[in-house]
Amino acid sequence: MRLPLLALLAKEPAHGYELKQALEQTFGGAYPSPNIGQIYVTLGRLEKDGYVRVVDVEQSNRPNKKVYFLTAAGREALEEWVDEPTEGPRVRDEFFMKLVLAPLTGIADRMALINRQRRHYLSLMRDLTELAERTDPGDRVALLLIEGATLHLQADLDWLERCQEDLVT
Amino acid sequence: MTVLTTHNLVRIYQNGGVPVPAVRGVDFTVEAGEFVAIMGPSGSGKSTLVHMLGGLDVRTSGEIWLDGKRVDTLSESAWAVLRRRKIGFVFQFYNLVTNMSVADNVELPALLAGMSPRESRERREYLLAELGLTERAYAAPAELSGGEQQRVALARALANGPRLLLADEPTGNLDSRNTRDVLRLLGEVHGQGQTIVVVTHDAKVASKADRVVTLSDGMIVDDASMRRRRRPPGSAGDVVELRG
Repeated sequence: MRLPLLALLAKEPAHGYELKQALEQTFGGAYPSPNIGQIYVTLGRLEKDGYVRVVDVEQSNRPNKKVYFLTAAGREALEEWVDEPTEGPRVRDEFFMKLVLAPLTGIADRMALINRQRRHYLSLMRDLTELAERTDPGDRVALLLIEGATLHLQADLDWLERCQEDLVT
Repeated sequence: MTVLTTHNLVRIYQNGGVPVPAVRGVDFTVEAGEFVAIMGPSGSGKSTLVHMLGGLDVRTSGEIWLDGKRVDTLSESAWAVLRRRKIGFVFQFYNLVTNMSVADNVELPALLAGMSPRESRERREYLLAELGLTERAYAAPAELSGGEQQRVALARALANGPRLLLADEPTGNLDSRNTRDVLRLLGEVHGQGQTIVVVTHDAKVASKADRVVTLSDGMIVDDASMRRRRRPPGSAGDVVELRG
């Protein structure tokens, strides 16, 4: 969450709760809602690294408000993050480990493992489909995030089919 | 009530004198109102199976029962009559009649099923409206996008109020937006009690089904009820996090 927070602070200084709200507004329901504690812990680390500075703003009848600013070093880190290509998903699939190793253990047959995994993926797919139906059609960021998840899931299922073809006879 | 049953259904093709089994003993039952998805790797026999269920391919041995009547022994012309009256079929590549308007493509099966011209027109108007195609009624199929053509194909398949809707990769050639429209329609008619059997590799289609049957090498290797076992996620975040 470090870089998304820096990106939000690049727009304008903000306090922790405002950052939480901005994240939720940008990504809609499709992003795991960060809790405020995580946000303050992350901000604390960013401050220690010199990427943000904090200023106490006095408020009448209330405790001081901590407002966070992006520093020059923070902006540099942010630009580097935006400019560099991002790693794609790596295949470090725990299910595949089970599938390959199961016959050695003698405790599960591969077809049963594949069937169980397919059912699991399909029920996840249904959750995603329903989620997309419940999401406001104007919330394009959230819908794209859900579509990304469904495409990954479809790839997982296609791969499962290939495993079925090659490993189960 | 059972709409469809197969007993030990087998299809063996001959390839230069060499027998190639495509479907190897399938026992399969579909209850009225059920939505069943058939999945499996390519070459696993799923298209062959659904074509036999619609009388578009001939079984080598075994039985097919539709609506309590044995149908695998029917002649080709008797199958044609049965299809007109009881079965709707949707293919991957629409297969609309190119020199007829959208309206006629949809109306014809209703007429062939024995509906009066007035009933047929009303049925066509209703289906095209449901599918958002009223404006396109007098267009030729070639003037429509692929997604629109598939929606017309779905309307045509439903025109005769079939006991059984069969579909072979209905979203196989569609982008995600048209897939969503076709899925919504399948969900709607299923909600109205339509019995559906669809062959698909698209998990979005399969996730709409009540049951997912998986074929491998011509045999059923899994028959999974998709009835919900766990609570639906409260927010999108939960789902995305699971996948993240």
